[in-house]
Amino acid sequence: MTPGWLLSGDLPRSRVLAALLVLIAAGLFLAPFVFPGAKAINVAAKICIFIVLVASFDLLLGYTGIVSFAHTMFFGIGAYGAAIALNLMGPTWKAVAAGLGAALAVSLALSLVIGLFSLRVKAIFYAMITLAVATAFQTLASQLSDFTGGEDGLSFKVPQVLSPSFSLRDTPFLGVDLNGKLICYYLLAAAMVVLFLIMLRIVNSPFGRVLQAIRENPFRAEALGYRTVVYRTASNVLSAGFATLAGVMLALWLRYNGPDTSLSFEIMMYLLLMVVIGGMGTMYGAVVGTTLFLMAENYLQDLLKLASGAASGVPFLRDVVHPDRWLLWLGLLFILSVYRFPAGIVGKLRAGRGAP
Amino acid sequence: MSSTATTAPAQEALPKVKADRLPWLLVPLLALAALPLTGSFSTWITLTFAGLAMGMIIFIMASGLTLVFGLMDVLNFGHGVFITLGAFLAVSVLGRMAGWTESERLALNLAAVLPTLLVAMAITGAVGMVFERVLIRPVYGEPLKQIMITMGGMIVGQELIKVIWGPQAIPLPLPAALRGSLLMGEAAVEKYRLIAVVVGLAVFGLMSWVLSQTKVGLLIRAGVQDREMVESLGYRVRRLFVGVFVAGSALAGLGGVMWGLYQQTVTPEIGGVMNVALFTVIIIGGLGSVSGCFVGALLVGLVGNYAGFLAPKVALFSDILLMVAILSWRPRGLYSLVKS
Repeated sequence: MTPGWLLSGDLPRSRVLAALLVLIAAGLFLAPFVFPGAKAINVAAKICIFIVLVASFDLLLGYTGIVSFAHTMFFGIGAYGAAIALNLMGPTWKAVAAGLGAALAVSLALSLVIGLFSLRVKAIFYAMITLAVATAFQTLASQLSDFTGGEDGLSFKVPQVLSPSFSLRDTPFLGVDLNGKLICYYLLAAAMVVLFLIMLRIVNSPFGRVLQAIRENPFRAEALGYRTVVYRTASNVLSAGFATLAGVMLALWLRYNGPDTSLSFEIMMYLLLMVVIGGMGTMYGAVVGTTLFLMAENYLQDLLKLASGAASGVPFLRDVVHPDRWLLWLGLLFILSVYRFPAGIVGKLRAGRGAP
Repeated sequence: MSSTATTAPAQEALPKVKADRLPWLLVPLLALAALPLTGSFSTWITLTFAGLAMGMIIFIMASGLTLVFGLMDVLNFGHGVFITLGAFLAVSVLGRMAGWTESERLALNLAAVLPTLLVAMAITGAVGMVFERVLIRPVYGEPLKQIMITMGGMIVGQELIKVIWGPQAIPLPLPAALRGSLLMGEAAVEKYRLIAVVVGLAVFGLMSWVLSQTKVGLLIRAGVQDREMVESLGYRVRRLFVGVFVAGSALAGLGGVMWGLYQQTVTPEIGGVMNVALFTVIIIGGLGSVSGCFVGALLVGLVGNYAGFLAPKVALFSDILLMVAILSWRPRGLYSLVKS
């Protein structure tokens, strides 16, 4: 079992990138022990969840060249599926499985319908249609309050093993309590690795090649005998499925779900930023982009606080480096990425080594 | 023989384009259909005026979007930023003229509002020019990048607005003489809504005049129909496009002022949340068509208000339901100009 097999032959192809990936993986796996505190483990868990979500969006945007604004809808379906099932059936694994199954069924059916009906149209129309559908879904979720908890969302208990009150042993191990929260974290991390490798496998399969051919030139792909609508729909359904799984992961971690945590348009924009900054059309870009973005979201503010303190005398500059304006800087980085390095950080690193 | 064959077509008169008036009928039909449902005539008047006013404001905001798309296939996801900018400029300009806006005299109020509209349009137009030059021009013909870059422009623009005006909601009170309602018999119609209808009609009238009577309008319409043909005749469509983009941004700014005054509060998200409604309107109208946009906006405004009164839960989805209904009647929108 060589690393080449495990990574489906898609190696990082850049020393810096490989080092970066190892660093991120090591950081994520050792996070509870190396970075103490509730904030660090929350950020690490969020990175795990979003790597799956962003990679699934990259499957659609980067590999197939489809702009969809309904990706958070599938994320939300996953989160709501787990939340509603755990709320109704109590904190059992059966409930998790039921929620997962139901959410997957809804997502796959919905993405199939949306895909078959609207993937025939131009990119811009598809973007608009998905935007409208996602907005309607968000309204629906907040209106069906008996079922979804409305704007307040749902708080629920997770299976005993994953809840913070569960403890593996009484004494801390290496200074860390071995409680359910830790088990939950490692469950998410393991799920992330497995799902990521599956997606890497998909994009490097002959099927993935066809998707990339369609992205580059749909007309030609059609002429070569590939039914582009079928392939695009398949890509849409697959990415919706992975997004749903990421949603279930989010619900298990937060033990809460509401419209703002999983469905908001803000998350959709963040996804777009993460995919593009990391590098479209490279699965590793999802890892790098997500980590960079979420670290920035949580820690850039601290950095800006310092800068803001230093610039407190200068009127405009003071406001521009205000800690709440972190998104401004990432937005600028995003625009710069689209122009200057469309293949993102990963593309830049790979190109630095010479064309592969 | 052959000479007669070549000259024959030239002698025929140009075929008359049959005007398609059917979509226009939808607006009065819809209003009439709502009459028995609302119960009383006075409620109906109030609702209809509210719907028309909202539709007019939406039309002002959306008209630029549809032309820009028709002409250059550019769909500006950052359009909302210009609306927000317009609304915030209204806060700044009207705030400076508190003496005039608080006066009970209509003339003084209008003297305050008119320069506000002009300033907002000038500044949003100028920002639009920069936006086009810096963000959109490098990515012509690349729809994927366009969607992303305009989205990025919206994020950055919204954050910059927060830098300048702060992230909190700011109240934007109507000038004193424009507050309150006029009584028409039993029915109460808010004065501001009347003004919105008048401004909307004026904008539509002016736009129709420019598009149908001037050479620039002719070029714009021709460019929407077939850009390459107009280019091959020696006209610089790109330059024309910049003009349309600037005008569209200025109209978005005007719409922002109107919308801000309508809501009487301004938040940095005020324009971004309109995006979906605007897209719905231009899809209903048929991309690239100004009259379609006008009819679409009125329909959206009316349906939204009637539904809000009759079945508030349904009102949340009224835009989408309307879009589905229209598209199942005419799959490319009310007036389709753009080849898909």
